[in-house]
Amino acid sequence: MEWLNAIVQGTLLGGLYALFAAGLSLIFGVMRLVNIAHGDLIVLAAYLGLTVTTATGMHPLVALVIVVPAMALIGYALQRGLLNQTLGDDILPPLLVTFGLSVIIQNGLLEAYSADPQDLDAGALETASLAVGGLTFGILPLLTFAIAIAVIWGLQWTFYHTALGRAFRAVSDNQDIAQLMGLNRRHIFGLAMALALGVTAIAGILLGIRTSFDPAIGGARLIFGFEAVIIGGLGNLWGTLAGGVILGVAQTIGAKIDPGWQLLAGHIAFLVILAVRPNGLFPRVSG
Amino acid sequence: MPDPILQTCGLNSFYGDFQALYDVALDVGEGEVLAIIGANGAGKTTLMRSITGLLMNEPGQIHYRGHDISLLRADQVAELGLAMVPEGRQLFPSLTVRENLMIGAQVNRKGPWDLKSVYKLFPILEERKDQASTSLSGGQQQMVAIGRALMANPDLILFDEISLGLAPIIIKDIYQALPGIIGEGMSAVIVEQDITKALSVSSRVYCLQEGRVSLESASDTVSREDISRAYFGIE
Repeated sequence: MEWLNAIVQGTLLGGLYALFAAGLSLIFGVMRLVNIAHGDLIVLAAYLGLTVTTATGMHPLVALVIVVPAMALIGYALQRGLLNQTLGDDILPPLLVTFGLSVIIQNGLLEAYSADPQDLDAGALETASLAVGGLTFGILPLLTFAIAIAVIWGLQWTFYHTALGRAFRAVSDNQDIAQLMGLNRRHIFGLAMALALGVTAIAGILLGIRTSFDPAIGGARLIFGFEAVIIGGLGNLWGTLAGGVILGVAQTIGAKIDPGWQLLAGHIAFLVILAVRPNGLFPRVSG
Repeated sequence: MPDPILQTCGLNSFYGDFQALYDVALDVGEGEVLAIIGANGAGKTTLMRSITGLLMNEPGQIHYRGHDISLLRADQVAELGLAMVPEGRQLFPSLTVRENLMIGAQVNRKGPWDLKSVYKLFPILEERKDQASTSLSGGQQQMVAIGRALMANPDLILFDEISLGLAPIIIKDIYQALPGIIGEGMSAVIVEQDITKALSVSSRVYCLQEGRVSLESASDTVSREDISRAYFGIE
């Protein structure tokens, strides 16, 4: 039963990792941009949540109605003002610029909020649980997992059933021809980044409720996000959810064997899958 | 002659340091079908990329209905009513046939062309509408590319090498359908390596040679000798 419990907890944790990863996956899929600052943007969203909740006394989940649009706005401005200028045939400039952005965000947060760990107070939700059989489910992890499924379903639906999603796919296929059809790729990229950072805002708030955070933890969230994307297969959002779950389960099983093994077990699972299936488990079926 | 819908004057285009077009002057009249011929590398595709805004130009070199469009981006040019059927079709592989057509309507211009009228023109596309565009034959893909450009309800449509890589029988079909497509007051520019086909549907023809205009003539009176001279540059 203890092992089953580890698997269940790992699966639910995977929902959070999928939320870390969804924005990365979306950005890479639409504009082939690898955003090194993604983890720090998650932490930035958590701090924005902290500011909003302390200023207004809102519940962190209610604060999403402010933090999600704020992050989306930041995303659009960031893309139009900075990241669009780095995109081209060379893959290096966006890597370097987002790496620089990562350093700037970390130090900006350090300056504004100090290095003290913070957390978002979600009251009873943090400890509430549900016992089913011999297993205990935390309400927060359950809620996180449900939100992850809803977010990924929503992104998938946007991609395949809306004019915006059609524009995302067209620009991703062929930027020049999409431009000929009246789609301004700079604007479309801005919208993609806005959507990605909107998802990042949700991930950041849920992270902040679950654990304490400080300005330096972005890097590890980026790695978890990357690993979930790669395990699941690039360009496949449901694969990303599966990737997050595999990573989460590997970590909780690792922790079960030896608490020091938690992170290592996740990385080992990632490397094994990368070695066996270099394209991930569910690479996008080319149509 | 009425005011031209499209006019280039002194057009010089560059790929980096390489100059591909020299001082190109041409005009397309309202409702006119113009042919542009020339050998590989003569600058035909560069000319199309310059007109549509995919290549940046100096100001004052390209006018559309009296407006200087030299500095506009491709999406802004498209909104003015200029559409292109690009060389090699260039459909969006991750979009279905129907979605490819819908992208063409992105500029949101009013006119006779919508999904229904495109399906009426090419009934096979309605049967295949939910298939990936890459699963179609070359000729059917060309129909999607033409339909996608029509969905923008353009006033001027550019056809870049529409017969390239297609079977002769398909080329014949497409050229037979062309007058019906271009009708209704639309102007067209047809870029072609197949000279006979180009002359058969156009009223005037320009020939490009090494980035310069080497011939301008009415399509029905131009002689084979003139064309050979302009095409290959041999006296």
